[in-house]
Amino acid sequence: MSMLVYRPCTRQVARLAALGLFGLIFGLPLAILLLAAVTGQWNGVLPTILTLRHVRALLGGDQGASLWHSIATGLAASLIAVLLGGGGALAARDLPAGFRRGLDALYFLPIALPSASIGLALLITFSQPPILLNGTVALVVMAHVVLITAYAYANTRAGIETLPAELEDVAGSLGASQWLALRSITLPLLAPYLLAAFALGFALSMGELGATIMLYPPQWVTAPVQVFALTDRGDIYAGAALGVALLACTFLVLLLLNRQKPRILRP
Amino acid sequence: MNRLLITPIVRGVPRSSILNRVLRLALPVCVLSVLLLYPLAHMAAAAFKGAAGEFSLGPATRMLGSPLFLRALLHTFEIAATATILCLLLGLALAVLFNLAPFRGVQVLGRVVDTYLAFPSFLIALSLTFLYGNAGLVTALFARLFGADPHAASFLYGFWGVVLAEVTFYTPFVLRPLLAGFQSLDPAQIEMASSLGEKPWGVLRRIVLPALLPALLAGGSLCLLLTINEFGIMLVMGAKNVITLPVLIYSEAVQQFDYSGASVIALGNAMLSFGLFALYRTSLTGLSAGLAR
Repeated sequence: MSMLVYRPCTRQVARLAALGLFGLIFGLPLAILLLAAVTGQWNGVLPTILTLRHVRALLGGDQGASLWHSIATGLAASLIAVLLGGGGALAARDLPAGFRRGLDALYFLPIALPSASIGLALLITFSQPPILLNGTVALVVMAHVVLITAYAYANTRAGIETLPAELEDVAGSLGASQWLALRSITLPLLAPYLLAAFALGFALSMGELGATIMLYPPQWVTAPVQVFALTDRGDIYAGAALGVALLACTFLVLLLLNRQKPRILRP
Repeated sequence: MNRLLITPIVRGVPRSSILNRVLRLALPVCVLSVLLLYPLAHMAAAAFKGAAGEFSLGPATRMLGSPLFLRALLHTFEIAATATILCLLLGLALAVLFNLAPFRGVQVLGRVVDTYLAFPSFLIALSLTFLYGNAGLVTALFARLFGADPHAASFLYGFWGVVLAEVTFYTPFVLRPLLAGFQSLDPAQIEMASSLGEKPWGVLRRIVLPALLPALLAGGSLCLLLTINEFGIMLVMGAKNVITLPVLIYSEAVQQFDYSGASVIALGNAMLSFGLFALYRTSLTGLSAGLAR
């Protein structure tokens, strides 16, 4: 698109300005976080002592455990969310519009709420009979599922919209049962979208702080809660190192799962 | 596939009845009810419960009338509105700059923005403390260059620090619909306008901005919704004098163990969010209608 400005010189300036601004605003914080992760002492403009102490601490102790807790929670929660959100989206695909709008409202409800109040609601409800889950890992996973299911639902819905509506009918007219059509046609075509939903859910779960901090049990401190605990008691460089490790784990999973590009079927 | 060819064949295929299709929904809806609706109803009930467990408007009137709540409400609005306006301005500037000078990396840029959206917000707050905090890089640089007092408390732990962190984190949420909005613009229209003698600024004002209005609305209301509910940035920044509603929910529940008070605040916050979310959904519908045009 050639837009607004045609002079090459002005364009070059705009390009540099755009990239510079983008890098300054979004790149600089990430770069500084990386630097802080290997900082031992920082008295001047730049760190005075660099160390790998905080990075090494990630392999064991509280930091290592919290990373593992986050990864396990993220995997479990995003798997459940894909089943719950994807299942709902699949079930909704040939419903009347009124039903679908109601279902949308139900699935998107948690996006519109502050995560702390989701945490509060779960904490109040499951700290008293009939269901007692106070102090269990299940409560953390439940909170994460509630918060990320909307994204799994939205992603699956987006995938379903790329499929031709007649696809399963054609299979049906050729004698396939509904279950066979779903299993051998619709699900394989939706696989990239379900994978993307899983990846996004995992990333969001890895960074979840608001609901987790309301209800985490002491034996299941997740990485974001640990980062907060570390920085709150002044151990900011250890916090930065754990933050970087958190980002690295998230990024790795996103990279692994996003290698498959969505196949778009055009009628 | 040709619709005309397929339709006659399909006509005879029996589809599952409405009842059958609704039944298939039962499982996910039941699970969501237990995980979401039941706890929310419980929280709503807790907001109207007195000390002995009886129905009471006491906690609600006490909390809603307290200066603590009113201050938090005011701060929530101030921070969210300021951050949203700045996000929109910055997002618009970036989107225009990227479209002034399109380069091959725009696809990559889109992916970078998408990845950024999955990052946790509290890490932005943490990294800003290394830049602008009391011992931060920029603070130290300023102290050295301009002789500013290196021990003065940084702006970061107040209103503008929170706004800075939120603008840094939420601008991509505005940038993405804006970049999509630019895609829906017809280049011929712009070339026509400029060949008729319209200045770039005029093209921007008369053609680009009206076309981007749905994207601005959608991005802006999403941003407002997310900044009103932002918690991680506030928590890590530890800005004691600008407490917002989500922080108040946390401190009432976890530090004061006042669950009914916290529930009242959470309900108020939810009302606020729902209004904004409705706005977001309607502007999103406007955006897709605009794209379809």
